[in-house]
Amino acid sequence: MAVFLQNLINALQWGSFYALIALGYSMVYSILMLFNFAHGDIFMVGAYIGFGVSTALVALTAMGAFALPNWLILVLTILFSMFLTSFVGMIVERVGYRPLRDAPRASAAITGLMIGIILETGNLALLGAQRISFPPLIRTATYDLGGVYVTNKKIMIVVVSLGLALALHQFIRRTRWGMAIRAMAFDYVVVPLMGVPLNKMAALTFGLGSALAAAAGILFGVAYPVLDPYMGILIGWKAFVAAILGGRGSILGATLAGFLMGFIEIFVAMVFPSTLRDLIAYSIILLILVFRPHGFFGEPYSARLRL
Amino acid sequence: MQATSDKRWFKRLGRSFSQVPLLGWLLGALVAVALEQIGGLSLAWAVGLPKIPVLFGFLMALKKPLLVPSALLYVVLIYVLPIGVIARVSASPLNRLAGKLFSSSLVISVVIHLGLLYATLHVWAGISDYRLLVLKLALIAILLTLSLNVVNGYMGEFSCSHPGFMALGAYGASICTVVLFVDDKLFGSALLPAAIGPFFFPLALILGGLLAAVGALAVAIPSFRTRGDYLAIISLAFMFIVKSMIENLEIVGGPRGLSSQPDWANLPTVFLWTVAGIWIINNFVRSTIGKALNAVRDNEMAADAMTVNTRRTKFIAFCFAAFWAGIAGGLFAHVLRYVNPSTFGIQKLAEVLAMVYFGGLNSVYGSIVGALGISLLGEALRPLEIFKWIIIPLLLILVMIYRPTGLIAFREFDVVKLLQSKQHSEKGV
Repeated sequence: MAVFLQNLINALQWGSFYALIALGYSMVYSILMLFNFAHGDIFMVGAYIGFGVSTALVALTAMGAFALPNWLILVLTILFSMFLTSFVGMIVERVGYRPLRDAPRASAAITGLMIGIILETGNLALLGAQRISFPPLIRTATYDLGGVYVTNKKIMIVVVSLGLALALHQFIRRTRWGMAIRAMAFDYVVVPLMGVPLNKMAALTFGLGSALAAAAGILFGVAYPVLDPYMGILIGWKAFVAAILGGRGSILGATLAGFLMGFIEIFVAMVFPSTLRDLIAYSIILLILVFRPHGFFGEPYSARLRL
Repeated sequence: MQATSDKRWFKRLGRSFSQVPLLGWLLGALVAVALEQIGGLSLAWAVGLPKIPVLFGFLMALKKPLLVPSALLYVVLIYVLPIGVIARVSASPLNRLAGKLFSSSLVISVVIHLGLLYATLHVWAGISDYRLLVLKLALIAILLTLSLNVVNGYMGEFSCSHPGFMALGAYGASICTVVLFVDDKLFGSALLPAAIGPFFFPLALILGGLLAAVGALAVAIPSFRTRGDYLAIISLAFMFIVKSMIENLEIVGGPRGLSSQPDWANLPTVFLWTVAGIWIINNFVRSTIGKALNAVRDNEMAADAMTVNTRRTKFIAFCFAAFWAGIAGGLFAHVLRYVNPSTFGIQKLAEVLAMVYFGGLNSVYGSIVGALGISLLGEALRPLEIFKWIIIPLLLILVMIYRPTGLIAFREFDVVKLLQSKQHSEKGV
């Protein structure tokens, strides 16, 4: 039982990363009907930007420019990096997706993939091949809850990511921008005719998604402090699978599927040898999609899907 | 004034070369590579190069920018000048010959053209082992790209499973040859004498291809119910499953990979398989089933209403494409003589997708151009190290922005038009 609970907590932590990244895929998809294949690498860029910001803040504090407690540095890092990374997302949209509005969908997928490769290689060229470790901002404190060990980092990661998902949900429900996003997701042909600017909304969703990816990147850096330029590939593709599994364009679905993905991976590794993890996890996903081809909350095959 | 006369001169040059038949170009290329074989080294020394430039001077020029003029001079003297002169001079006799061949028998004409092409490639690749390897891998890339184009271009799905099919083919063929003909520490001693091996090799490749086609059922059957993004995920999951499965199968070497394949994939074998692949796939996409593929792509429901059996079409397309991807995988394994499951991952997927979309959807020419272009560019830019992976993606983004369906999309591959005498066709118009 203790082992089970321990794995449950680990799964919640992994699921938070997947959920935050999958939200970005899902947001973009709901408006443009396209996936942002550079999203995994935006996660990586977000982690690096977070590294830069936090290192700068730590250095400034050490020089005595101002005295900030470490937790405040972390909060500022997350906010700053989300802000900066959202511009990366908007640039990706401007370069790789806006010129291809009328092109076949697969072409935009290719530009997304290629931008991802450029981001990876550009990072490698700029910073070199050595791995960078994230500055330790909060000290790990471990709590023993009847044989189950919980660290403060894990609690923070789960709470922050759930909070961000909830904030996104409220943004989409309550604000005018959110209403525009919902309207655009409902019909992206007619709504622009009503005066909602498609380009601005697309940039907004890319920006929001990238901000969430940056938050995921920093949380990842807090939990696993070693960053490398290719860290976004595997986690990004898995989050992409989660976004599809949740149903296209569904915020709730993407969050739940992200956590489900975490659960599947952790529990498969608990029961079977960990080398079989990918094999069994993907087989389960294949089975889910065979019996439920539109994901959990997706609408069935619709005519407005342009292929 | 000057500009217009320049343009007219250019146009006249273009028109005079437009009459050169394919036979002329091939003859010119053959003479050029023969010249390189005979006098290439002394010419390279004469213009100040240390050795014969391997890939048209790209590698040397990028490594030592000072050598650019010499490399350019070499390429002009060895390739451009002989090909141009011979093609132009021999145009009228060769046109007559091509016309005669063409009217007597298409088969003979095709065989002669292919023979010339093979001779050219053989002599060109004879200069160095590096050229030979690049050429073989480029030919295999053509096969792979074409087979992916059947699904992604002609049928309009976004399939990500091709590295998986390739892995199945590579492992299927490798296991056949290694078990039967090689003394290997993994599988024990050879069961059959190695002398009959080369005759068995096509059979092993076909077995690998069939294994891939059986694996394709895992993608083809879900494709009856869903398409688009969900099918993309299913195929992606399939790719990861294959990779992970091979990594966990200790009997075929697991993550260490499988080595010591016999060296049977020489240039003629690879060339013949590629030509056969182009021929069969071209006939396939021009057949009734090929047209049905386009109908399914454009509108599945309408196609169904017009009596196209969409399930059967999808089923055949996936299995057919997977078969050829498996053949390409088998050849790949025997060219490198080593396979490793991590070869067939996301990286390979990005590479193949790039080739298909760079060259052009729904087009055999496009696949050939895309595969040759990306694989030769990848080798030629090698001295730039990691900046290669910035330049090639940038190029691809530009192609996607200005030609969203690829460079040569929606063009039919017409052998008749390719082979006939060029003068004749002009008179006819």
